[in-house]
Amino acid sequence: MDQIPVEDMQSSKARKFLMWLFIISSFMMFAALTSGFIVYTEGNAERGIKVLLPKAFIYSTIIIIVSSITMHLAYISGKKLNFAAQKLYTLVTIVLGIAFFFSQYSAWAVLTEAGAYFVNYNASQSFIYVFTGAHLLHIFAGIIMLIYSLVGKMRNIPQVRNLFRLEVTSIFWHFIDILWIYLYVFLLLNQ
Amino acid sequence: MASTAIHDTAVLHHHDDHGHDHGHHKETFITKYIFSQDHKMIAKQFLITGIIMAVIAMILSILFRLQLAWPEKSFPLLETFLGSKWAEGGRIKPDFYLALVTIHGTMMVFFVLTAGLSGTFSNLLIPLQLGARDMASPFLNMLSYWFFFTACCIMMASFFVESGPASAGWTVYPPLSALPKAIAGSGTGMTLWLISMVAFIASSLIGALNYISTVLNMRTTGMDMWKMPLTIWAFFLTAIVGVLSFPVLVSAVVLLIFDRSFGTSFYLSDIVVAGQILPNQGGSPVLWQHLFWFLGHPEVYIVIMPALGITSEVIATNSRKPIFGYHAMVYSLIGITVLSFIVWGHHMFVTGMNPFLGGVFMITTLIIAVPSAVKTFNYLATIWRGNLRFTPAMLFAIGLVSFFISGGLTGIFLGNAALDINLHDTYFVVAHFHLVMGAAAIFGMLCGVYHWYPKMFGRLMDERLGYIHFWLTFIGAYLVFFPMHFMGIDGVPRRYYAFTEFAFMQEWLTVNVFITWAAIIAALAQVAFLWNFFYSIWYGKKSSQNPWESNTLEWTAPVEHLHGNWPGEIPSVYRWPYDYSKPGHHEDFIPQTTPFSETMSSNLQHDFEDNPEAELIQQEWERQHAVKSPASEEIK
Repeated sequence: MDQIPVEDMQSSKARKFLMWLFIISSFMMFAALTSGFIVYTEGNAERGIKVLLPKAFIYSTIIIIVSSITMHLAYISGKKLNFAAQKLYTLVTIVLGIAFFFSQYSAWAVLTEAGAYFVNYNASQSFIYVFTGAHLLHIFAGIIMLIYSLVGKMRNIPQVRNLFRLEVTSIFWHFIDILWIYLYVFLLLNQ
Repeated sequence: MASTAIHDTAVLHHHDDHGHDHGHHKETFITKYIFSQDHKMIAKQFLITGIIMAVIAMILSILFRLQLAWPEKSFPLLETFLGSKWAEGGRIKPDFYLALVTIHGTMMVFFVLTAGLSGTFSNLLIPLQLGARDMASPFLNMLSYWFFFTACCIMMASFFVESGPASAGWTVYPPLSALPKAIAGSGTGMTLWLISMVAFIASSLIGALNYISTVLNMRTTGMDMWKMPLTIWAFFLTAIVGVLSFPVLVSAVVLLIFDRSFGTSFYLSDIVVAGQILPNQGGSPVLWQHLFWFLGHPEVYIVIMPALGITSEVIATNSRKPIFGYHAMVYSLIGITVLSFIVWGHHMFVTGMNPFLGGVFMITTLIIAVPSAVKTFNYLATIWRGNLRFTPAMLFAIGLVSFFISGGLTGIFLGNAALDINLHDTYFVVAHFHLVMGAAAIFGMLCGVYHWYPKMFGRLMDERLGYIHFWLTFIGAYLVFFPMHFMGIDGVPRRYYAFTEFAFMQEWLTVNVFITWAAIIAALAQVAFLWNFFYSIWYGKKSSQNPWESNTLEWTAPVEHLHGNWPGEIPSVYRWPYDYSKPGHHEDFIPQTTPFSETMSSNLQHDFEDNPEAELIQQEWERQHAVKSPASEEIK
């Protein structure tokens, strides 16, 4: 790293920090939604989830934890300059991300079958869709970031820059992993 | 702070490939003035957009002031301009009146005092006062402005849709805002309002992320946190408040959009519109208030804190004195930041809140008076026996302190859960927040414009017009808002269309006429400012590099704007920014870039608190020169 000018290093550190700040603000959004859920649900005994959470949520949880591991492996391989493995693991992470998408989608299907629709006079159930939907938007953004760093690798941009992309992506990816676990545990506790 | 040694050697390096990266040799009109990534240009874009929005919001306020003062009178001119839909027979219609107050509030709070204030001065001053070449991410910075611009356009567009702009008040409480059938303004206008706010939140968040990251990571050599000017502290903490509170508004807005357009019932329950019972049940309109005010209250500190920061800097510079209680100023800002998140309930005392909870919110609210009072007293102590220079900027800074005191005092009444039963939603509230966050923040912003105008445009604004502008606005604002306290105590509710319908309000009609005349005169005074501002961009007197003899880093940058701010090396910082009138020095200011080795005659012992070696050198120098320096006196 020593041939990079210090001001550039300073600015890449600052840009990495932007990701952490974004994570904080994104977390605040989910904190608002979940506390909104609590305020709403506590208001009246007729409100509440009142439906079994679909099994697909468990599969989603497994998928996203595995994807976090492959994400980390991709980053480590990138650091060790093992390019083939870096590409492979990035690709696997993307595939797992897409699989997560479908798993969540099937969970929605199960919920609607059980009568817990999005448009619902018990908004506690609507909240499930809001949580998972907002989270899926983050997964979508994460997949785009993954593709961006994979394309960077394919185009053979300098490894320093590629590693920077990969690092920022992995910070974000681990965050949405933890975020999902938070949401799932939150829903389980309020079931 | 860290890595200082390597930093210097690498700067020259950097400048070579700087040109490569940004290609600033082939700047076109579009990259320079429109899609600019330069923080100084973005600051000016924010400022001018903010000024335009402020003028529009001011015109809206004059329109509803006309209605309040002369509810029975017809102004044919209004029909000419607004058409018969909104001003049939020259009288403002009730629907349009509600739209006017709603959009006036939204524009002033969000577009003028959040984006126009933070956007302008954070962008301009953070890199310049910290010694950075630009923001952490210039691209995101540009994006932040264009999101803001889009938000402004969408909000303005809502005036041109058939059902008119949003009219549910700037807090857009459901169910009024959630049901398109409820009032005309809850139709398309409300949808546009929500879209505009989403764009605005995106803009604010991107901006805030950038400010925080820049402040924490990109300070120049020697600029540790405790050497930062108070402006930067204020912008930094404001950005933190923004990052933590705006996402909550996103959640609230998203749920409202679902209620409006998808048929969910997050906020809706038991509603009858025009004799028809709506199917929605189970929703909780108070949920919106919780979510909204969790942003909404920090938002008022997002508005006032940058103004306080700007004032600190301007008052110290123009009193030619160090700011009184620098650390206390910082800690009180931090205190306000923390407290701002636990007081939102004081907007909801009368929503059927548990009285115990109301008591908790009351206590946290009243505690905010402490850091606010610390700041006020520090301003006064800084001015006390200072060598005052009454520049227009200084007058506006003093004006801010005045409004902050007189508006802040009524906050203590309103923060009281019991008194709030009487005062809630009356003109007392209107008077309170217009003084403490409206007029005060606007004065902070104008103070910043007058003070940093030379930095932005390289020219000076006309002082005489500045004085006219100040006195008319200052007196006008008091004449407008002070009588409203008495109306509020008498129980006159805010947002009412005409005072003629209720016997007890009729006696206030004459006061309304008085207020409206004061508002018109104050509004006309802004013409002096607008003329001064735009004329001076091209024809103002050329400014020297440091026209106010100020210590901070931005005045060491050349008057001509450079991409990267300083030619060659970024200056290093050796001292805090408030060494004004230091005893023993031949000038009444010592810039932050002057090392202690060049000011041997004025160094004090506490300048060397963590550096015994330098202290020894200082003592040696004093022995050789046999001067009775302040430092040796202190040692004795």
